[in-house]
Amino acid sequence: MNFEPKIVGFLCNWCAYRGADLAGTSRMKSTPNVRAVRVMCSGRVDPQLVLKAFQLGADGVLILGCHPGDCHYVEGNYKAARRISLLKKMVAQFGIADERVHLDWVSASEGERFKNIVNEMTERLRALGPLSRQGAKYILTGL
Amino acid sequence: MAKLKLAVYWSASCGGCDVAILDIAERILDVVAIADIVFWPLATDFKYKDVEAMADNSIDVCLFNGAVRNSEQEHIARLLRAKSKTMVAYGSCACFGGIPSLGNFNCRAETFQRAYIEAPTNVNTDHVSPQTLTKVPEGELELPDYWDTVLALHQVVAVEYFLPGCPPPVELTNKVVDALASGELPPPGTIIASDKSLCEECDRIKEDKKITRIYRPHQIIPDPKRCLLELGLICMGPATRGGCGQRCIKANMPCRGCFGPPPGIIDQGAKMLSALASIYEANDEESIAKMLAEVVDPAGTFNRFVMSTSMLQRKHL
Repeated sequence: MNFEPKIVGFLCNWCAYRGADLAGTSRMKSTPNVRAVRVMCSGRVDPQLVLKAFQLGADGVLILGCHPGDCHYVEGNYKAARRISLLKKMVAQFGIADERVHLDWVSASEGERFKNIVNEMTERLRALGPLSRQGAKYILTGL
Repeated sequence: MAKLKLAVYWSASCGGCDVAILDIAERILDVVAIADIVFWPLATDFKYKDVEAMADNSIDVCLFNGAVRNSEQEHIARLLRAKSKTMVAYGSCACFGGIPSLGNFNCRAETFQRAYIEAPTNVNTDHVSPQTLTKVPEGELELPDYWDTVLALHQVVAVEYFLPGCPPPVELTNKVVDALASGELPPPGTIIASDKSLCEECDRIKEDKKITRIYRPHQIIPDPKRCLLELGLICMGPATRGGCGQRCIKANMPCRGCFGPPPGIIDQGAKMLSALASIYEANDEESIAKMLAEVVDPAGTFNRFVMSTSMLQRKHL
């Protein structure tokens, strides 16, 4: 069976979620791997949420916000850009490939762009394979 | 009232916690007045077999310091748990894994490779490294089984109270001694420290939280009155529980996070990362790259004392 990655997508209410809606109403086809979570702003995505997604079995996390300069809350997406960049550096140290965390911008009119980002992310994760703790060389502690 | 029976054990830690118990100075006499020390490898000569011979629940309080990273430590943790009515995770290593839990960025094979083969001070041409079982003419020799993953005490046995700190400050140790003496113990699960973040307790002058570069502690001498984070030092205050008495802050050094996360926070590292990235002024790729270069080791810096209890717990193998 082919590996289908589980992706948790945090989509900002004002741009990316509407872009995703547009992709849907325009009947554009994208892979069904993203579980969308609507958040008010990409700046609301606490790094803990990304780690929690990995903890609960996600293979990748996608964070989509408004384009720079377009944030509904002026600078939430800039904060997201800084946090997610630093978070990518940190998860890499935990042995999680940093491509598994992806931040991008989608406006409300960019259904096509949303579709492409989702498809590309799915492809990248298919190539990377599952993020599973199975097969890890744990010394069983009996705990 | 009969005297309390007290046990102290030193597991995967530096030994500073054992010494910190003695830092309560002359109050150690109060402890001896209310308690008999039945097991304390640093200070007394009781053996494991003496503990094994005790009846279950016959020790009133066990102060257990250090993380758990091998089979001997697990055995003693379980043994002392069975023999003790109250188990106290004493110090950051027992509470969150502490500095030893940074070993979770490696596995056993990598740690042994570095420690016994690669380290520049080694002379080990035969590449000898510890084996759990070794056959010798006289029979088989056994060493404790060393694990890939360092665990906090409560990940191995049930724990009643947590006393964080590297090492726990005298005031908090005294608080425990007082509680024991009076018999008025807090509800199980209590973390014996403050319920506020360190920043909330810190009395330095805080103005505009915007920084344009990050300094490492050896690069500047900070103004002793101003917020260290605003001066560009990675001070873990926003993501760290207070109650430590601001020992580092008063010594003009940034907080390293030994009290673990404040209430409501699960992952201290992720929260500190979030706080630092928020205040760094960088809105374009070039300045974000500069920030990334300045935070040399985010995973280790932000999780310095809490790897075992962090959300990812260890490096993916």
